[in-house]
Amino acid sequence: MRFLVFASRNRKEILRDPLNLAFGIGFPLVLLFLLSAIQANIPVSLFEVEKLTPGIAVFGLSFISLFSGMLIAKDRSTSFLMRMFASPLSASDFILGYALPLLPMAVLQSAICFIVASFLGLSLNVNVLLALIVLIPSAVLFIGIGLLAGSIFNDKQVGGICGALLTNLSAWLSGTWFDLNLVGGAFKKVAYALPFVHGVDATKAAIAGDYSSILPHLCWVLGYAVVIMVLAIIVFRKKMSSDKV
Amino acid sequence: MIAIQTINLEKKYKTKIAVSSLNLSVEQGEIFALLGVNGAGKTTTIRMLSCLCKPTSGDAILLGESIVTNSQAVKQNINISPQETAVAPNLTVKENLELIAGIYGSNKKAARGKAQEAISTFSLTEVENDRSKTLSGGMQRRLSIAMALISNPQILFLDEPTLGLDVIARRELWSTIEKLKRKVTIILTTHYMEEAQALSDRIGIMAKGELKAVGTAQELISKTGTKTFEDAFISLATETEVKL
Repeated sequence: MRFLVFASRNRKEILRDPLNLAFGIGFPLVLLFLLSAIQANIPVSLFEVEKLTPGIAVFGLSFISLFSGMLIAKDRSTSFLMRMFASPLSASDFILGYALPLLPMAVLQSAICFIVASFLGLSLNVNVLLALIVLIPSAVLFIGIGLLAGSIFNDKQVGGICGALLTNLSAWLSGTWFDLNLVGGAFKKVAYALPFVHGVDATKAAIAGDYSSILPHLCWVLGYAVVIMVLAIIVFRKKMSSDKV
Repeated sequence: MIAIQTINLEKKYKTKIAVSSLNLSVEQGEIFALLGVNGAGKTTTIRMLSCLCKPTSGDAILLGESIVTNSQAVKQNINISPQETAVAPNLTVKENLELIAGIYGSNKKAARGKAQEAISTFSLTEVENDRSKTLSGGMQRRLSIAMALISNPQILFLDEPTLGLDVIARRELWSTIEKLKRKVTIILTTHYMEEAQALSDRIGIMAKGELKAVGTAQELISKTGTKTFEDAFISLATETEVKL
């Protein structure tokens, strides 16, 4: 059970970084409040809390990629990973050690998002619990993206890719800020070829109690999550046996 | 008894030979210093011996186990303190030590006990609950070596352990390393002549991936007919192979 020791270290490293907490929990909540305030002052229904919260939850999860990517990239650049690679930890110990602590963090982050949204009018019922479960594949997807980015790039690059590019990409192409039908065309097609909007739509369906609409969207997210995770594992294992950590 | 035996150990990167046909043996309990200019092959040698990268050809036997065919068994007997301090920055000193003890198989209680012992041995009591990122360079280096020793390794690799330290911190670390003499086999790489002279039983001088000479500091001075060890090093690092 060596991976549990390593996972415990990774959990502490992430949670003890105040920037992680500020961006992972604080920033999405600020957006939730801000967009809800806008909704209260406009005549059209653009940011209704039932539709906005799933988008914010998925957007919040994109920061999980930043956490995991930065941790791995920093572990590489400070030679901490070199010390670990010289230890008896196996490849699966590393993967589990990095990925496992992030899953409960992701669920907790989403739960906080829904609880805060309840103060803005979201009804807390069994559908919210279902939404938390529906968000798990999205969490796995973002964890995988972080593992992959951290294995390939240095911490500055991960900051740019996961912190700026991915968070924006997942926000713009998920229909969180606006209804994708308003733009339509190629933009909508691209968005629906990627997993983010499917993660949001599956969660929206869960919140709305439209259970039959969940699975088709979830399959997209699951497919991407599996592919990205497998890719991340392959790249990380290759890194372990390569000449440069 | 021999702790490390390398057999034609070689590492090539495309067209560049980083380490060329290295044949070296180190006795158990010996402190062996690897000296050389930048790019001489010291760190690559340490990386191969500590199973961080695979040799292109040849092998090394560490306490009877091959780095090529049984690296997992080798890893149980060794530990490393890399050039960078390689500590977990947001973990306290105590947590860093418990982490490594746990990774090498100690349960929680045993890891706690080992951490306390290491804290006492390495005079880290005052900072045991401080996060390691807040420690001075000297203290971080001391922690790094304590982390490498907490698994009770029989072979310890110290890659430029005093790099970037001030004179006092360096001397303190020398004293720590000297205390390990005869207890642990240590392979030490360094750029500092006086460090190699003060700490090691024998010194190997590498240049352009080749082991140019091996011997005590005095033997190397005598062999090259120079007055100081620094002169001997320069002579050997710029000349062809000298066997002692």
